[in-house]
Amino acid sequence: MHRVAITGLGSISALGRSTAEFGKALREGRSGIAAIESTDVSQLRFQNGAEVKGYSHTPYFEDRRADFIDRFAQFAVIAAREAVTDAGIAWTPALRESAAIVTGSCVGGQNTEDIGFHEVYKLGHNRVHPLTIPKTMANAGASHISMEFGITGPSFTISTACSSAAHAIGQAYWMVRSGVTDLALAGGSEAPFSFGILKAWEAMRVVSPDTCRPFSRDRRGMVLGEGAAMFVLEPLEAAVARGARIHAEIVGFGMSADAGHITQPSAEGAARAMRAALRDAALVPEQIAYINAHGTGTPANDPTETAAIRAVFGAHAGKLAISSTKSMHGHALGASAALECLATVLALRDGVLPPTANYNEPDPECDLDVIPNVARAAQVEYAISNSFAFGGLNAVLALRK
Amino acid sequence: MSDELIQRVIKVIATTKRIPLESVTIDSDFLQLGIDSMDAVEILFALENEFDIGIPDDDVRSVRSIRQMCEGVEKLLLARSAKEKSAGGKAAQ
Repeated sequence: MHRVAITGLGSISALGRSTAEFGKALREGRSGIAAIESTDVSQLRFQNGAEVKGYSHTPYFEDRRADFIDRFAQFAVIAAREAVTDAGIAWTPALRESAAIVTGSCVGGQNTEDIGFHEVYKLGHNRVHPLTIPKTMANAGASHISMEFGITGPSFTISTACSSAAHAIGQAYWMVRSGVTDLALAGGSEAPFSFGILKAWEAMRVVSPDTCRPFSRDRRGMVLGEGAAMFVLEPLEAAVARGARIHAEIVGFGMSADAGHITQPSAEGAARAMRAALRDAALVPEQIAYINAHGTGTPANDPTETAAIRAVFGAHAGKLAISSTKSMHGHALGASAALECLATVLALRDGVLPPTANYNEPDPECDLDVIPNVARAAQVEYAISNSFAFGGLNAVLALRK
Repeated sequence: MSDELIQRVIKVIATTKRIPLESVTIDSDFLQLGIDSMDAVEILFALENEFDIGIPDDDVRSVRSIRQMCEGVEKLLLARSAKEKSAGGKAAQ
C-alpha cells in the first residue's frame, strides 16, 4: 500500500484557462456564471451558464487535429497537459507503459452528436460526418490524452453523471495505492452546451433562471458549467524521491448507491458514501475540517446534503467549514467532481477555503457554516469532496494537506 | 373551470402516472397519488403538449393538488387566448 501524492494540477473552466486563474477566482469569490454565448438560448427558459468564454481550439490544437476532437475531449487534453507539465514528469518507456489514465464524462461529445442528428432529422440529409462516432464517445478524452503523451497503460472512462470524475479519481487513487500503476492521470471533462442538452435540462426544471445560490434560502436551482480538471497521481515515496512538488495527498475514497429514486437524492446514501471515504482513509469524522459540498443549489440537494453531513459528523458538523464552488464554476456534470477536487486541493495547499458565492440568506434546512461569499484563511489538515449523482451513485474523496 | 378541462387534465395525469383514470379526481393531491417531483415534471411536460402551452417554472413551485394544476392550466389558456385575440385584432386592422 502506497500513500498517494497529487503532483500535477491542470484545469480549464469558466474561471480561467489555468489552475492559477481558477484558484485566484475562488479566493476572490468571483463567479464564472454569465450569459451563455456558444448556443442560441432565445428559446430557453434560462440564459446563464458557466462557459469557457471565447473558447477556440487555437492555440491549443492545429486545425486538422482539432477536426478529430470534440470540445469536451479538447478540454481533457488541455487540462492534462497543464497537469503533466506541472508535475515535471520525466517520461521513460517503462513509465509510459505503466501509466494509467482514468477520465470521467457524463455526456461525452454532445456538440458533435447534436450536429449529426440535426443533419439527418432536421435537414433531411442522408449522411452524417464520419467522425461523429469517435468524437462523441465518452472515452475520447482518455484516448486523446493517451495519444498526446504516448501512454500505453490501463486507460478507461467512467460515466456516473455528476459523480463521474470522483469515481475516476478514486479509481486512479486506488490503482496507485495498490501498486497497479506507478503514475495515473485522472480527472474529468465536459462540454454540455448543446441546444439539445440544454433543452433536456430545461425540461427537468432544475436549472436556475439567474444564478446558482447553494444553501441560500432563495436558491432556484443549478447552473450548467463546462471544462476539465486533471491530476497527476503517484506514490508519495516516488514523488519525494524525485523532488516533486506535492500539492496534497488523496487518503480515501468511498462510494455508495442510494437504491432509491432515479433523481431524488437520499441523505442515507450520501452519508454512506462519506462514511465509506472516512473508513477507507482510516479517519474519524472529527479530523475533517472542510467539505467541498456537492451543493448544486437545487431545492432538493442542499437540505438533503445538510442532513447527510449532520448524520455523519454529529456535533462536529457545527465546526465544519463547508462550501459549494459550483456557485462559481457551475455544475460541469462529469467534470464537476474534478473541478471540486481541485478546489479542495488548493484550499488545503494554500490555506484559503473557497466561499459559497451568490449567497443571500440563511435557510434553516441548510444550517451549516457554508462560508458565505468571502473566502476564509484556515490551515486545514483533512478535507472531503462530495459528489452525489443523478441515479443515486455517490462518490466521496478524502484529501490531506 | 370547465368539466372538459378538468377531465383532460385528469386523463393526462392518469396516463402519465399509469394509474386508473377513476383513481384521480379534482380533489386528489400529489401525496395521495404518489406523485413525486420527477412524476410532476413529467406531468407538466404532458400538459404542455396536451394544451399547447408553456408552463413557467415559477408557476409550478407551489402546486400540490390536481385542482391547483387545473387552475394553472386554465389561467395559461386564458392568457393565450387573450394574446391571440389581441394579435388577431391587430392583424384585422
